Amino acid sequence: MMYDFLVDLFGNSALANIIAGTIQSLLPLFVFILPFALFAVYLERKVSAHMQDRLGPMRTGWHGWKQTIADILKLIQKEDIVAKDNDRLLFNLAPIIVFAGSYAAFAAIPFTSIFIGTEVDLGIFYIIAVTGIVVAGILMAGWASNNKYSLLGSMRSVAQIISYEIPTILVALSLVMISGSMNLHTLSEQQTGYAWNWYIFGGPGSELSKFLLIPSMLVGFLIIYISTLAEVNRTPFDIPEAESELVSGYHTEYSGMKFAMFFLAEYANMFAVSAIVVALFLGGYQSPIGYLGDLIGAKWMIPIEQFSWFTIKGVFFVFVQMWLRWTLPRLRVDQLMAVSWKYLIPIAFVNLIIIGLITLL
Amino acid sequence: MSQESSLNTKSSAIRTEEMVLNMGPQHPSTHGVLRLELALEGEIITNVIPHIGYLHRCFEKHCEAMTYPQIVPYTDRMDYLAPMGNEFGYAIAMEKLLGIQVPERVDYIRVIMAELQRISSHLVALGTYGADIGAFTPFLYCFRDREKILSLFEMTCGARLLYNYIWVGGLSHDLHPDFVRKTREFIKEFRPNLKEVNDLLSHNRIFIDRTANVGILPVDTAINYGVSGPNLRGSGIKWDVRKEDPYSVYHKFDYDIPVGEGKYGTVGDSWDRYYVRVLEMEESCKIVEQALDQLPEGDVQSAIPKRIKPPIGHVYSRVENPRGDLGYFIISDGSTSPYRVKVRAPSFVSMQIMNELCKGYMVADVVTILGSIDIVLGEIDR
Repeated sequence: MMYDFLVDLFGNSALANIIAGTIQSLLPLFVFILPFALFAVYLERKVSAHMQDRLGPMRTGWHGWKQTIADILKLIQKEDIVAKDNDRLLFNLAPIIVFAGSYAAFAAIPFTSIFIGTEVDLGIFYIIAVTGIVVAGILMAGWASNNKYSLLGSMRSVAQIISYEIPTILVALSLVMISGSMNLHTLSEQQTGYAWNWYIFGGPGSELSKFLLIPSMLVGFLIIYISTLAEVNRTPFDIPEAESELVSGYHTEYSGMKFAMFFLAEYANMFAVSAIVVALFLGGYQSPIGYLGDLIGAKWMIPIEQFSWFTIKGVFFVFVQMWLRWTLPRLRVDQLMAVSWKYLIPIAFVNLIIIGLITLL
Repeated sequence: MSQESSLNTKSSAIRTEEMVLNMGPQHPSTHGVLRLELALEGEIITNVIPHIGYLHRCFEKHCEAMTYPQIVPYTDRMDYLAPMGNEFGYAIAMEKLLGIQVPERVDYIRVIMAELQRISSHLVALGTYGADIGAFTPFLYCFRDREKILSLFEMTCGARLLYNYIWVGGLSHDLHPDFVRKTREFIKEFRPNLKEVNDLLSHNRIFIDRTANVGILPVDTAINYGVSGPNLRGSGIKWDVRKEDPYSVYHKFDYDIPVGEGKYGTVGDSWDRYYVRVLEMEESCKIVEQALDQLPEGDVQSAIPKRIKPPIGHVYSRVENPRGDLGYFIISDGSTSPYRVKVRAPSFVSMQIMNELCKGYMVADVVTILGSIDIVLGEIDR
């Protein structure tokens, strides 16, 4: 939709297609991810500060709102250190791959009913696969740093992300079984109407199976939320960068802009996983209470409202991630694996079977 | 580094190598400038060698060149989280050597200060322990309360960290007129805050999983190594210098010695050592309250000798510091400077059990165990 509009705008030619494609793909980065990362870093500092009886940044601008901008400027100016024994190629490539992996996930996330990066029919599948590239980047960073802390951190990280992808996939699979689609856009469209039609409440419709699904969906929602926490290395699963043991894990040796890339990727990822949870279970961009645009007959307002709803839901889950981070201690590596393999995966499996039986009804 | 160290490597059919990981001296959770040489098999610890001395300041040798009152500020810098306790120990040792009887008010104020210091020191231990496990928020809650204690000290003697308050034969200043009221207010505010930290950290499931059954210190090992203080009591022994070898006016107060009970795991695990400290803070509150109630009037400087020149002889005296049994051995040759000063530092003794405790656990547990034995490097290196 957006794409067609852009192609029309530049005159329908091959060049127009390229321009439209470029704009389309860069739009989420400049309109959403970068401002969001700035905002999220600020939010994180303020949330942690207020939870800890502090004020947080207060000096630069009103309540310190310019602080993250100043930090980014500082990071850009910093010396880019590559140590003598680092594997130069991998060391330089790693932050790019990590960022690319988490950025690519945004392509299949529907922000509104009219804007989605690419209309991929295998949306869920694509996101899970493409975020897997992050693992390679982290492993490269750990190996190329030639630092034992980085190596341990990256190995833990890889083990963790791979283990927690399994419950995520199992829960996503149960959603696919119910909805019959892997396209996140379609999934969001199915949950239209009011909050009652969201998949966390069993999805649209009013037959018996919907009500039977509710407990399973709640369990599935919890499982996917816990595993996404682990996938983005947030507390209580922030073991790869456990500062009290491993200094800062796989990005110990990075400085300046490369460090900022990891940082940006982390915050982009936080939103990406929240967005997936929202799109699967909480209606995506759908409003829980109907649209003002429908009410007053202004159709053009609906996408704006949808975008706001999507952002609000996503930011809420990012906030919950921060809330958990500043409340809970972290688990140990073996306990982390135990949570995934002994609890989440079996429960997700049973849940999948139950949902399968219910959908047969 | 690996060639120099005496770490033994195992050989098996598939040749694997032990990894030597150097933890510290610049590391976020070695609690100062401790360097630990860890031999790892995967992430499992096979050996731990602590390297100390990064903060060595020749305290004991330095004392020989100073007069007796000049040593007091230097004792502050040993266990910098409990300077009042260090001064207290030194003052008691010197008074024993000189045969001075201090006024009762001095004794009471010293006890109040030492117990407030115990609370503040344990608050740091708790907070940093939480931060080691990954919970950063309790750290700031603990420091918030510690700030209030430091303000009480500041009100009394002007300093917040290194006080030079307890002198041989007396105190540098009398209490501020508001001190008693403000201390009572602090204790009233502190109890609910302690409960908050308990809810947030001590009984948190993840925290328990991380600390219970980790780094178990059996009673016989603890005694063999000479471990004292909360680490010994965590192993279930009711032993405290304040009760076993009473000094000052501690015999006048009614308080308990909490011991580890193995509530969530085995007796003597990291959680027990941690929780003994939590319980001790409550006992310290009790002592402070009683001391404030009974606080006698009087002059705090009347017994301070003009010129300290003890007779030829030696003295050993000990006090219960927040980290355990702190002993001073002072030899006098009859001049105005000591012939020899030797300090028995509780942290130094406690740190030696690291290797016993860590073997077979994971890298993350080293941090847990190190935090639970609560060392201060200023005291180890002196």
